[in-house]
Amino acid sequence: MNKFTTALTAGVLAFAPMTLLAEDSSDPIVIPVHNWSSQIVMSHVVGQIFESMGNNVEFVTTDSQAVYESVRLGDVTLEMEVWEGAFGASFRAALEKGGLHDAGDHDAVTREDWWYPMWTKDACPGLPSWEALNECAAVFATAETGDKGRYLDGPVDWLKHGQERVEALGMDFVVVNAGSAAALWAEIGAAEADKRPVVVFNWTPNFAEAVWPGEFVEFPEWVDGCDKDPAVGPNPDALYDCGNPADGYLKKAAWDGMKDKWPGAYDVLTKISFTNPQIAEMARLVDVEELEPEEAAAEWLEANPDVWQGWTS
Amino acid sequence: MADITSDLKADTTSPAQWSRSKWASVLLLVAVVLTTLRYGGLLPDSLHRIPEAMIPPFAAWLDVFFNFVKDDLGLLTLTRTLTEGLEWLLDITANLMFGKRRWPFIGPIPWTAVAGVAAVVGYHLGGWRMALLGAGTFIWTALIGQWTIAMETMSVLMVAAPLAFFIGLGLGILAWKYAAVNRAIKPILSVLQTLPFFTYLLPAVIFFKVGPTAGAVATTIYAIPPMILMTTLGLQKVPSEVVEAGNMSGCTKWQLLRHVYLPSARTEILVGVNQVIMLCLAMVVLTAFIGMPGLGAKLLAMMGSFKLGRSFEIGVTIVLLAVTLDRMSKAWVVRQPVHFERGTPWWRKHIVLLMCIGVFVFFCIAAQFVQVFAEIGRKQNFSQGKEIDTLIKGFLALDPVQNTTQAIRYVLNVWILNPFRDFLLSIPTPAFILLVVAFALSLGGGRPAIYAAIFFGLVALSGWWDRSVITLYSVISAVTLALLIGVPLGITAARSEKWSQRVLLACDTAQTFPSFIYLIPAIMLFGITATSVVMSILIFAMVPLTRYTIEGLRTVPPEMTEAADMAGATRMQKLMKVQLPLALPTMAVGFNQAIMFAFFMVIIAAFIGTQDLGQELQRTLAGTDLGKNFVLGICVSLMALTFDLTIMKWATERKKALGLPD
Repeated sequence: MNKFTTALTAGVLAFAPMTLLAEDSSDPIVIPVHNWSSQIVMSHVVGQIFESMGNNVEFVTTDSQAVYESVRLGDVTLEMEVWEGAFGASFRAALEKGGLHDAGDHDAVTREDWWYPMWTKDACPGLPSWEALNECAAVFATAETGDKGRYLDGPVDWLKHGQERVEALGMDFVVVNAGSAAALWAEIGAAEADKRPVVVFNWTPNFAEAVWPGEFVEFPEWVDGCDKDPAVGPNPDALYDCGNPADGYLKKAAWDGMKDKWPGAYDVLTKISFTNPQIAEMARLVDVEELEPEEAAAEWLEANPDVWQGWTS
Repeated sequence: MADITSDLKADTTSPAQWSRSKWASVLLLVAVVLTTLRYGGLLPDSLHRIPEAMIPPFAAWLDVFFNFVKDDLGLLTLTRTLTEGLEWLLDITANLMFGKRRWPFIGPIPWTAVAGVAAVVGYHLGGWRMALLGAGTFIWTALIGQWTIAMETMSVLMVAAPLAFFIGLGLGILAWKYAAVNRAIKPILSVLQTLPFFTYLLPAVIFFKVGPTAGAVATTIYAIPPMILMTTLGLQKVPSEVVEAGNMSGCTKWQLLRHVYLPSARTEILVGVNQVIMLCLAMVVLTAFIGMPGLGAKLLAMMGSFKLGRSFEIGVTIVLLAVTLDRMSKAWVVRQPVHFERGTPWWRKHIVLLMCIGVFVFFCIAAQFVQVFAEIGRKQNFSQGKEIDTLIKGFLALDPVQNTTQAIRYVLNVWILNPFRDFLLSIPTPAFILLVVAFALSLGGGRPAIYAAIFFGLVALSGWWDRSVITLYSVISAVTLALLIGVPLGITAARSEKWSQRVLLACDTAQTFPSFIYLIPAIMLFGITATSVVMSILIFAMVPLTRYTIEGLRTVPPEMTEAADMAGATRMQKLMKVQLPLALPTMAVGFNQAIMFAFFMVIIAAFIGTQDLGQELQRTLAGTDLGKNFVLGICVSLMALTFDLTIMKWATERKKALGLPD
């Protein structure tokens, strides 16, 4: 990796006249990493880009919800992955308190919804339509749910409204909330052993796609106002009677002080934008090829110079 | 003292005892009547649960208070200044251990040098076996490819543990010297020890900056209490003759403390050191939530991408580190200071130190020439992550395993756990409090009963009653199951020395293995259900029960068992009539610890998916609700303290009555 960083620095030094115009502070830019691979690798990619520009970078492991308080206080400089669904609420709360701001969207869109691994289709061939899913609800029953199927939702604090949707669409499902992403994977992993059909909450881009091929359940398409106006959507009397939007945002967030302290890096940050396939590739390097995140980031940078060199020049 | 002795008298004379249990029965009766009324639909709703409108907004008050202390009193500025000092220390260790680019720019120390020094120290403390353990741990860490992350962890612990030691020692001395400090510190320590970990996280992040600093602070706070307790205990035990000798030789106050008291209390203080080290290691994974780098952070990342094998390997590393440090510090406790004759050459006195330096320098130089001695790269390591993954998944897919777990899950969830939970939730709040008070009264007497009433009253007023009851239900279910398994296991193991040792080692391992790793197999076996939650708590709660059962039985005075043998008792009679009654007070301490561990673990089980206080606590991590976070934490703490006070009171009384040492 060291050799590569040197090469990188040398490469960038060629563009020096342009990048050195802005004077960045020599204090380290603190980048938070969380516990899922795409975010870790992406953060290292960005960190290595900053390093190649002559900045000092440090990484700190934090909780993905608690991080916004730290960005606000300036302890952490930026956040590379703000998911609309999972972290929108924490992000907005911190935004209101002040101290951080929106540093632009990635090209990537996020989708979070009911999902099943491919083997589930054998037991319920009508999928991915939600009506078909409801027809074979009994296939998803567990010891505790009786005749009804079980849908494993994300942690309660992600506010996915699974329960409301089940009621609004009159589905024969019981909603159980997992406590963490790891709990979701454990449940899918256990189901994989005997190819038991399961339907769980999942999202994309995500490492799980590479490990367990699967599909999202197709619910009535999202219409604006589905979460506010009962009249919208197939059930005229209920909220949340649609699927989630299939194109949620993936943002970057920055500490308010970053702009003045590291103007060069800040400028690059606002230009950075990754796409879904790029993010999936980063995750794959770690999850499937078992590289360490730093190596994966270096490898990705080496393989995709045309993607990122535009941002730094 | 006065009230303990009077209570003890009350305990031995039957009328007072009778009145205690009579009062408890009365309370029980009232509780039953209230519940029956509720079932009959005759109890007004306001007596079933405290109406929303009557619940004081504790969280909002606390928020105002915290903001005042933080901003207006300038606490934030103070702690942020302290943070800078701490950061400087952490940067030094980080540079030495894993080569972070900070002053003094000399690290990282080659792994072979660390392993070599560990071997020399191990040999000095406990011979070849300890040397092997010390070197083996570090060699394993390097070969498995976890050297850097392990050293990231160690670099923080190297600062946090001494910090906890010095603060604990200082406070311990103060508490021993001034009764007022002692009185003030005791309740704070009790609360600190029962406060769920998630309640430390948020203040640590706000006041001490996310990252290694917050990790070090949270670890230190968590590890201080036993150090204080052991220091005070040790100093109190110093015999007056020794002190007099010191006085006669004309010691100043400081000399008396430094050369008389502290050396005499050496054993207790070193036991405190051992506790500090163990608690620091217990925090490795949890502090990863607030920026602690290293093994914990890696473990969370591995679990987030469902890599069981790698998580397991990290768990093994943590256990090995813990066992090594535990054994070494215990050997240090036992080892008495060596005194040399006058005229012994300098190098002879410091032979161990010199050997350490020699080995260290040798490997540092060797590492310059042989790359493998300096670091082991990714391609050279022996991680078996994928293979272990396949193994675990294969095991879980076996038909007998599947069928057994399905059966257990069905029986426990559908027949036992869920009905029990619904039953507890159906009890009106006042009746529930009366039940707890009756329990405290019959077991511990008047004082614990009053505390129980106040504590549970506060929990009811907090507005989180239902969630508190669900928390309590998980704890009770898990501890009951742990009793059913752990105690017989302990009794069986206590029969022979060999098996006692083996089971105790298993206990140590189970306890230091990061609790997070239990969650995933529990889910894979029992799904996201109450059974998984109870099972993951169960493993943790069984450890103290088994350990104290073994210790209790093995410390029964041999005269007693001999007397039983001579009286012609069968093995069963001897166990039931002699050994168990005498071991019971010690076992009660284990029972108490099991409850405390269960309260600790039930909060972590929120990561499986629960509907209790842990889930709400997890929600507050987003960082906006400091007040709510604190209220929830205190609810857990109050419930745990109620049990702690009651059971410990009972155990002390019992020990006194049986004439056993504390």
